[in-house]
Amino acid sequence: MQFLFKTAYNDDIRFLAKTGEKVRVSIVVIFLLAAPLFLQDYYLAELGLLLVYAIAGIGLMLLTGHTGQVSFGHAGFLGIGAYAHSVLLTVGFPFLLSILTSTAIAGLVGMALGRSASKMHGFYLAIATLAFGILIETLFGEWSSVTGGHMGYAVPALQVFGVPLTEVWQQYYVDLLFALFVVVGAANLFRSPTGRSFVAVRDSELSARCLGVNVEWVKIQSFGISAAITGLAGALLAHHLTYLAPDVFGVLESLKLLLMIVVGGLGTILGAILGAIVISLLPVGLSFLKGALPPAIGQTAGLEPLLFGMIIVLVIVFEPAGLYGRWMKIRFFFETFPYYRKSSFVRQKSYLKTERMR
Amino acid sequence: MLPLSDVVHLAITGVAQGCAYGLIALGFVLIYKATEVVNFAHGEFMMLGAFAVLTLSEALGWGFWSSFLVGCMAIAVVGYIVDAQIMRRIIGESQASIFILTVAFGFIFRALAGMIFGWNARSVDAPFDGKLVVGDMIEINYDRLIIIMATVIFVIAIRLFFRRTRFGVAMQAASQNQLAAYYMGIPVKRLVSATWAIGAFIAAAAGALLAPVTQVDTTIGFLGIKALAGAIVGGFGSIYGALLGCILIGIIEPFADYFLPGIKGVSAYVVMLLVLFVRPEGLIPQTYQKKV
Amino acid sequence: MSSARTLSVKNLSIEFGGVHAVDDVSFDVEPGETFAIIGPNGAGKSTIFNLISRLYEPTNGTIHYGGQNLLDLPAHRVVSAGIGRTFQNIELFEHATVLQNLLVGRHAHMHRNPFSNFLFWPGVRKREIEHREKVEDIIDLLEITQYRDERIADLPYGARKNVELARALCAEPTLLLLDEPASGLNNEETDDISFYLDDVKHDLGVTLVMVEHDMNLVGQVADRVMAINHGKLLAIGSPDEVRENPDVQSAYLGVTE
Repeated sequence: MQFLFKTAYNDDIRFLAKTGEKVRVSIVVIFLLAAPLFLQDYYLAELGLLLVYAIAGIGLMLLTGHTGQVSFGHAGFLGIGAYAHSVLLTVGFPFLLSILTSTAIAGLVGMALGRSASKMHGFYLAIATLAFGILIETLFGEWSSVTGGHMGYAVPALQVFGVPLTEVWQQYYVDLLFALFVVVGAANLFRSPTGRSFVAVRDSELSARCLGVNVEWVKIQSFGISAAITGLAGALLAHHLTYLAPDVFGVLESLKLLLMIVVGGLGTILGAILGAIVISLLPVGLSFLKGALPPAIGQTAGLEPLLFGMIIVLVIVFEPAGLYGRWMKIRFFFETFPYYRKSSFVRQKSYLKTERMR
Repeated sequence: MLPLSDVVHLAITGVAQGCAYGLIALGFVLIYKATEVVNFAHGEFMMLGAFAVLTLSEALGWGFWSSFLVGCMAIAVVGYIVDAQIMRRIIGESQASIFILTVAFGFIFRALAGMIFGWNARSVDAPFDGKLVVGDMIEINYDRLIIIMATVIFVIAIRLFFRRTRFGVAMQAASQNQLAAYYMGIPVKRLVSATWAIGAFIAAAAGALLAPVTQVDTTIGFLGIKALAGAIVGGFGSIYGALLGCILIGIIEPFADYFLPGIKGVSAYVVMLLVLFVRPEGLIPQTYQKKV
Repeated sequence: MSSARTLSVKNLSIEFGGVHAVDDVSFDVEPGETFAIIGPNGAGKSTIFNLISRLYEPTNGTIHYGGQNLLDLPAHRVVSAGIGRTFQNIELFEHATVLQNLLVGRHAHMHRNPFSNFLFWPGVRKREIEHREKVEDIIDLLEITQYRDERIADLPYGARKNVELARALCAEPTLLLLDEPASGLNNEETDDISFYLDDVKHDLGVTLVMVEHDMNLVGQVADRVMAINHGKLLAIGSPDEVRENPDVQSAYLGVTE
């Protein structure tokens, strides 16, 4: 076990305290930077898509994982980002300005939703955001003069300062740049007052209020930041899709985002990233499984949603802290070897904590 | 403008549809009151109910009412098992996880239903043909009328159950304070599971009664979301509130579809969002200030 | 630490659906004193705290602190007026560490701009370090160093009480509302709390208002005591005076006239 001797306040502020963490993160970053050297285009494009979903996941994680506000409509923000970015590009905005503007638009819509959502609790919020998602999808379909309706909308090619970046590796680096920016930014939030007020609102609105946290405003902020980040992911996603259709941003997509953060582990940025990895590997694993199973079962139409559902159920029931929780246990096992005991992480018995008495 | 007879017709259809939502919402509210879990898979109980009754009457050649009873009981057992085996384990987890879990059940039920009963939409012969005609304005198909009647019967039955039976009173106690009820010797766990069974039973009944009106396929469970919207409009706190909200949604829907084709199919959500903007806790609030 | 002020409550009343939880209660708390509120269960003690911290809206009456009308403030501004509080059933941020909890305690003093926080500009780091210095002082004062990096969920009950007190102190209040600081603690821990409260009072110069059942603790630390029952004021005075008061005795012993 490694002990940390903290001698300066910066020791608490620094991201990576332990040597092991530093090594692991460096390896991942180097792998990501060098990926175009050894990955084929297909896999590189998939990796880029994974990064985009990681961004979207972090967006939702800030809201649901850290602030405790469930959103069943986050694909709406993904869509707002994607459509706004594509439309602005078509109108002639340069790439950076367009992506900034569409991020801002998604953020503002998020704040507007947050303003009404800040008074709601629990499932009222869940169902309101679900309705928001459904309505946004309808809007994309009906507002055909702008969005092209159900006919779809062609996304202009990616180019920055007049330089076309249409090669797979070029697009990958654009994704990677934004992903790193968002990861570092989100981590920054949680070593500063804003992020801490999010967590405070999640764990106890009451005492947060009594310590000077303006709970309603924090929720609005959280919705805004979360929507903006998800909108940014949407704008990047548009370039991967190349063709936008309303149903891409429907309820199923929102559920996919939620699945990501729950499976990854609520309340941690790493959880959002792990969730994105799972979501990206899921189709690969499924097609592998389909091949391995006898055709009578493997070719059945409902197999994918069935496994999708079963994975969620298994994760939530057996590892509520998600992959992140599992990772912590594995790490703890090695760090404290041979003293790890099953009871180190035993869950306390619990009874219904009522939400009606908030 | 619509002629008056059409208005009346749309309204009656709306009431029947609203009652169908209401039947589903009944289960939502029961389960919510007992456990504070909003079961997003509740519509799927309804879908399973429709399929179960359909299969029993088609494959085994049973009469409608006997397959109705057996099918709904079967779904009630499914509801009981879902709570006893799974939901019970995750009490105290974050709400997000619980919501997602019930959504995941929806996925599993839909997939299983598709695998077992097939993916194609099936239509059901109405065992109650014909329609009731009163004057030259009011006419209502029997299959819709029976939904309205079933709603009334279930509401009365539930009311009597909670007021008059030991079991029902114990359930109410458990929903007000689980820990206290537990200390008083009430078998909270079994009661909660029983609530799930009752909720599933009612949802399955709604599905079976709706089957002759709409076609049956794996996606009819999505009606559950509209039922939820209706329940929120009226207020989740009471069964009557929820029912009223559902009927309101049911009536608004056909008119909105007619006058505002742009929001066809989603008017229920528009209404719900509007209500929530004005009254964030629904028309009849249920949250109180936490005691400190 | 900062200039002490008078808390002045006049004719305070609140009704919940016809029940007078607090009924026409008036009292003053002088700067630097320790003021205890006692009474049987359900007497309205915590309700008075919730009214002062603006969680409830009074039906009648005024609350002033140092000339400022608290009723003009929303709940989240009360702490900036100098009033901190703890809760009867500990309300800590369960899934955060002790240090993070205490830093939220400094929220009212913090400069918080999501954009600069997101980018973590140098100024943000500089201010973070300043706040962390303040927090470390409190950690030393209440001797909770060994718990510093633990998650609240992993702490024993007694330590949570201390952490909650520490968190309230991080806001640098001039008046502290303590809702049953000794409830659920054993004798030894209660002694510790009274020792810490003494430090808080003398080293930091904080005025203390507490709701407490433990009459020993009240006798040890309180300068004045107010007894209430059924939301009505029974007596105010020194601990001995209040203990001798016949109304108070009958309220506690259940003797009715």
